[in-house]
Amino acid sequence: MGDAAVVLEIGQAIDEATLARVSSVARAISDRRPVGVTDIVPAFGSVTVFYDPRKISSYGELAAALQQVAAPAEQTYPASAPRVVEIPVCYGGEFGPDLGSVAAHTGLTAEEVIQLHSGAEYRVHAIGFSPGFPYLGGLPARLNTPRRATPRPAVPAGSVGIGSAQTGVYPVASPGGWNLIGRTPRALFRLHQSPPALLLIGDRVKFRPITPGEFAAWK
Amino acid sequence: MEIKVIRAGPMTTVQDAGRPGHRAEGVPAGGAADLFALRLANLLVGNPEDAAVLECTLAGPTLEFAEDTTIAVGGADFAGVPAWQPVVVRAGGRLALGPCHHGCRGYVAIAGGVEVPVVLGSRSTFLRAHLGGHEGRALRDGDRLEAGAWVLPHEVKHWRVDPHVLPPYSNEPTLRILRGAQWNDFDADWAAAEFTVTPVSDRMGIRLAGPKLVRRRGRELLSSAVAPGTVQVPPDGQPILLLADGQTIGGYPRIAHVIGVDLPLAAQLRPGAKVHFAEVTLDEAHRLWRQQERTLAILRQGLAEKLR
Repeated sequence: MGDAAVVLEIGQAIDEATLARVSSVARAISDRRPVGVTDIVPAFGSVTVFYDPRKISSYGELAAALQQVAAPAEQTYPASAPRVVEIPVCYGGEFGPDLGSVAAHTGLTAEEVIQLHSGAEYRVHAIGFSPGFPYLGGLPARLNTPRRATPRPAVPAGSVGIGSAQTGVYPVASPGGWNLIGRTPRALFRLHQSPPALLLIGDRVKFRPITPGEFAAWK
Repeated sequence: MEIKVIRAGPMTTVQDAGRPGHRAEGVPAGGAADLFALRLANLLVGNPEDAAVLECTLAGPTLEFAEDTTIAVGGADFAGVPAWQPVVVRAGGRLALGPCHHGCRGYVAIAGGVEVPVVLGSRSTFLRAHLGGHEGRALRDGDRLEAGAWVLPHEVKHWRVDPHVLPPYSNEPTLRILRGAQWNDFDADWAAAEFTVTPVSDRMGIRLAGPKLVRRRGRELLSSAVAPGTVQVPPDGQPILLLADGQTIGGYPRIAHVIGVDLPLAAQLRPGAKVHFAEVTLDEAHRLWRQQERTLAILRQGLAEKLR
């Protein structure tokens, strides 16, 4: 990809096996860090490795070094249980202005949307778009709702949204086109922690409904 | 040393060489959009190449310095001060930068570097996340900044950088590109067309206007990493050229990638500029990187002798 990054294609499916292989390859490259590597971006079926062209002896050598690390990692990914992160969400009301339209689109009641959304378990397939923003797979098919025709210029931090077959949380205020169904008081991007992103690729995520009172009292 | 921001200008931010290493958390490397200008402007005032400077968009600020200092302006050139040479500013003196004559982003390096807290390894401002720089935002009238204080030991105003060593900055540049993953999904002659820079352009990316690019074939794409220089094509067929604060992953087809040594040219594109593309090979792109490093190494050497 350009003259300062190389893409390792792992697979085309959005499933557990691909996710495990992508995570394993990213971790292996991060651990071994061939000379010149500056950044590693795992996402869905690929791992993109950024390098400093001034620090590599040749592109061929870098590509060979990456292959040497990636090939075994792809085959022997660990079966370790990923961690589960619970995200408290106050659904509806001022925090979820699109809960009603998601219900209308899906033919469910607002209560059923909340039950389905908080009843499922999700996996982080990528972090991107904005700092700490998780692309979550595992949205129940019945909740699939197309993005809004016109994106909002400012989505508040913590907003939980549905965009087609994906759900996610906006860690920082930003423009956004997803349907907002609730908001979490939990910070997904913490500048003074390491790593600052609460969620990382491979994590399991559960949403737990909370009341406006619990939201206000969250520390 | 204190610097008073008398007038901030339309969009002035603190930037350094950026914060690579955090893309997996959704944080782009950021930093100066024109890294060549950042590096050379810093060298001109005796700073490390990656010291924090002020990146000023389309017009510059008016600054008041509490002590004698030396500054240098690179990248876009402003009314009010000569570019690419050290300029001594006296205690209490003001530096008033007007509109850019050429280019889009000027870099004001100040001897000692702009002192703001280091966030995730960098002093750069990442506006979208309100992170880094001066309080995570663009400068405002009345802000006060700190910079290291030293004055270059010799009278420096009688020399300047030979313009031949600069990137070929232009309002009608040809940007050299490598093929993107979806290059073949588009008609082969797209790169021969002329594109115009639209006003919907910022540090995230430049929206270009030109013939509508239609994806003829190819399967649905999974989102994956993108980078400064990536040219992606959204459904409206008008390409977006990503810059320093571009998002870390994207799902649009990538038709091409502007090579690293031409990113300074991209960073200097202002609305209305005309852009052409020319394909090169990866080997050529890497050779050009090395050549640029040699140029900077020679300048570094020469300046070190002058500034000794």
